[in-house]
Amino acid sequence: MGALSLARLALAVAGLGLLLLPWHGLEGGVADIASWPGGAAAPLVALLPGGERWWLWPLVPLLVAPLPALAAGRVPGRLLAACGAGAIAWVFLQGHAIGLRGVAWPVLEPWLGEVRQTSLGWGAAAVLAGAAGLVATGLAARGRFGGDAFIAFLVVGSAGLLLLFVFVPLLTILSAAVVEDGRLAPAALAARVTTPEAWSLACLADRQGCGVVWNTLALASLTGVLSTLLGLAFALLAARGNVRAMPAFRAMTILPLITPPFVVSLSLIVLFGRTGLVTGWMWEWFGIPRTRWIYGLPGVLLAQVLAQAPIAFVLLEGAVRAIGPSLEEAASTMGARRFTVFRTVTWPLLRPALAAAFLLGFVESLADFGNPLVLGGDFDVLSTRIFFAIAGARHDPGQAAALALLLLMLTFGAFALQALWIGKRRYTTVTGKGDSGVPAPLPRGLKFVCGAVAWPWMAFTAAVYGIILVGGFVHDIGRGDMAFTWRHFLTGFEVEWLDGMAFRGSAWDSLFTTIQVAAVSAPLTAGLGILLAWLLARQSFPGRRSLEFMTMLSFAIPGTVVGVSYILAFNVPPVELTGTALILVICFVFRNLPVGVRGGIAALAQIDRSLDEASATMGGGAVQTLRRVILPLLRPAIVAALAFSFVHAMTAVSAVIFLVSARHNLATVYIVGRVEAGEMALAIAYSTVLILIMLAVVLGIERLVGRAQIGRRAVPATPMRAGA
Amino acid sequence: MVSRRTLAAAAVAGALAAALPGVARAQGQLTVYCSVQEEWCRPMMAAFERATGVRVAMTRRSSGETMTQIRAEAANPRGDVWWGGTGDPHMQAAQENLTVEYRSPRLSELQPWAVRQAEQTGFRTVGIYAGALGYSYNATELARRRITAPRCWADLARPEFRGEVQVADPNTSGTAYTMLATLVQIMGEEPAFTYLRALHQNVNQYTRSGAAPARAAATGETLVGITFLHDAVTQKVGGAPVELVAPCEGTGYEIGSMSIIRGARNMENARRFFDWALTAEAQALGAEARSYQLPSNRNAPIPPQAPRFEDVRLIDYDFARWGSSQERTRLLDRWQREVRAAAR
Repeated sequence: MGALSLARLALAVAGLGLLLLPWHGLEGGVADIASWPGGAAAPLVALLPGGERWWLWPLVPLLVAPLPALAAGRVPGRLLAACGAGAIAWVFLQGHAIGLRGVAWPVLEPWLGEVRQTSLGWGAAAVLAGAAGLVATGLAARGRFGGDAFIAFLVVGSAGLLLLFVFVPLLTILSAAVVEDGRLAPAALAARVTTPEAWSLACLADRQGCGVVWNTLALASLTGVLSTLLGLAFALLAARGNVRAMPAFRAMTILPLITPPFVVSLSLIVLFGRTGLVTGWMWEWFGIPRTRWIYGLPGVLLAQVLAQAPIAFVLLEGAVRAIGPSLEEAASTMGARRFTVFRTVTWPLLRPALAAAFLLGFVESLADFGNPLVLGGDFDVLSTRIFFAIAGARHDPGQAAALALLLLMLTFGAFALQALWIGKRRYTTVTGKGDSGVPAPLPRGLKFVCGAVAWPWMAFTAAVYGIILVGGFVHDIGRGDMAFTWRHFLTGFEVEWLDGMAFRGSAWDSLFTTIQVAAVSAPLTAGLGILLAWLLARQSFPGRRSLEFMTMLSFAIPGTVVGVSYILAFNVPPVELTGTALILVICFVFRNLPVGVRGGIAALAQIDRSLDEASATMGGGAVQTLRRVILPLLRPAIVAALAFSFVHAMTAVSAVIFLVSARHNLATVYIVGRVEAGEMALAIAYSTVLILIMLAVVLGIERLVGRAQIGRRAVPATPMRAGA
Repeated sequence: MVSRRTLAAAAVAGALAAALPGVARAQGQLTVYCSVQEEWCRPMMAAFERATGVRVAMTRRSSGETMTQIRAEAANPRGDVWWGGTGDPHMQAAQENLTVEYRSPRLSELQPWAVRQAEQTGFRTVGIYAGALGYSYNATELARRRITAPRCWADLARPEFRGEVQVADPNTSGTAYTMLATLVQIMGEEPAFTYLRALHQNVNQYTRSGAAPARAAATGETLVGITFLHDAVTQKVGGAPVELVAPCEGTGYEIGSMSIIRGARNMENARRFFDWALTAEAQALGAEARSYQLPSNRNAPIPPQAPRFEDVRLIDYDFARWGSSQERTRLLDRWQREVRAAAR
């Protein structure tokens, strides 16, 4: 898209915000629109002449100034950038300066007098979007971003969104780490970060507990390693082992993804708790005493590996299939034995995928909140400790912020290590050139080992999900009361026919909201994520590293911290979102964004740049290359991002527990309440319904968007589902 | 292709409509933060809607979470009334000026403990129910191990209960903090900590939620669970083989409370709800919802299953002293240092 047309479009959008859309947020909901163009829904142009919003006048000249030049077909870079930036700055400055209860900054009091205003609305949002477009075209016209206005707009826009919805809320809450009793205290930060509660090594000496940081690190590393190894075993069997169990494999990979939190933990308790089914058999048949081993590191680890191994499998399977067989063929032709080929060719090519699988397992384990909550016992990790520092009986936001900083540090440490291990080597295997050959079968010993690991694990997974399936239909599975009943489903999902359908079950409201929010946030997440991935992987522009950092930031922050930071940042004007469904959508989009971005980057890393260059040589601009070349090749990554963000939006808990409101409650929060009340059966029944819905959606998305076929002869390759 | 696009457009439009910032209308509405079990919250709100015609928007969260929410929203409050949940956070909210004073005309109908709590907080909160602290044990498991039934706090420190007692972590749960403060008041601080160190040897897990040990005792995951007795009653009524114990040395109790949030948008309705929730009829709803606390209105029927205060040796629990954040922090720090950190 040319700079001129983009600038005109941006100005039009800003004009729309100025002239038509309600400037302030609609306090009374959609019904307020009736009062347009006056009252609560008044656009800015109706507010200005009255003089009550006189401090907004500067916006008008800022937005009118570029008009003559643009109308004449010129793109004055400096002017556009200055006007756009000025408008953005002014909107936020006045919004922060003049709040609900009058002037926020005492310095301005004598100048402004008695003024107050409510939050920014759709009109302000449109003006901001237009102003961002002006800044972008201005910068592009001055030669930045390779002179491409489209890329400039993407960068400026996404950077603005990330700043607003990731960086600022985090800064708000993390600054609590250096504040004590309302004053700045760097010494308090030092004390909080180095507290023995986090770093104690007492567990090595005697039978005390260790610091939370060590606990968290141990758990995350174990989860990462075990799930990667299990995933690798499954991936090798599936891609190279000639096993005819693909449907079972696929089912196993999807199930943990679509499982709401807590259920796996509950099921593990039913199986291995002190009065559990397996524990009981062990006692009766072998005299193994009933113990409580499941509560603590082993239980949490088991639950996390159950969830992560399939994700590792998906990642690694794609990578194994994507390895061009010609390299391996070359090695065999030169006389290498099968195991040597595997060791020297296949394994090194898998390195990025292995690193990615480990990293995902590691990071997901750091962020996991539900499993440690239910199964942790005395074993404390950072995520739960942070939650209770904020919401526990001893309210200590400073400590919570310090612990969150530690968690952040661990996550970024993991990313840094990954970058170090993969190094600067190239792993491209999908090129524009033809690539034929049959992949080498697995060495026999390796196949045996993989099978010995994979099949028992499969059986174990089946048992865990079997319990979930049964649990919703019996009286109380926790106490072994196995009489069949519909009671739990009736409580949650009763439907009555009284002149029309009436949803009487107590779970309906939260179910409808959840589906709505997930359905809106999933495409937004996938779209923004893939765009960002493409920007980060294929474009070079100043500030690229910082943009990448910001996309990863929200992944590294525990959900509880995100939730509380969103209330702190968005409960008062200028950006007032609490209590709406919008805040849930935004929270999900930016929380799940990293997955779309990482998946997209991983997929792009395997697509040779020569394809982009070919498109560019033939005269394709950025938009065309993206649309015609990159997006079709990225289809699998898009499918993965869509499915993943939908599923995550339906299963997230810790981030939204503070954001739900009476009108917009979510399924997971409802389930947490059931678990708290000890009503495991109802929780399990609800989870079964959620699992079915998510299954239908994931399969539906796959059908709708389609699975990519990367053309190779001999073996029809299945998709590279990177970064699921 | 066209149909898919139309579909997508419709979805987006619908979503936008749903996502438009919408806040409760000023008339005929009320936002309640509810901190008891969902089964009790729902009929309570429905009954109030029927009685007054006011539309209630209710959010259920634990009392700690609600406290966090109210604190975070202090600059622009969203809720009107905070109903239910243990009294400590309500008193903290009163102390932090997050709630407002309201003297309900129904104060005269209340039990003395409820009135005293209101007086102590300058009428910023009021007791709506009370529940005694105690423990429950799994009778089946106890018989299988041939252990004599415990009757007192001291019994729980006996060696045969090693690894068999479950209690919440006072850092995360008001229930466990109530136990800590109760023991200090019964025994004196030094002997109480000696006892807690002995009990620590027998604790298999410090749970995070206060009511979790009752459930664990019901399923046999632990032999003894220390909770409020009404949580254990719920398990017993549900058919679990548990027996309840009100310890012989005496025990403390919680006062479930209600407060009006400062800056409530529907102040008029908030007061109406406040008055209504103190009536005998409203308080009778608890038992129907399988919550067996003792109602604060003297005329409200006491559920037959509820552990009666007459049968329990209640101590004169000093809520003002042990609820203050200073004492709380000191006790919790000491517990963390001397009890929790000890080897076992």
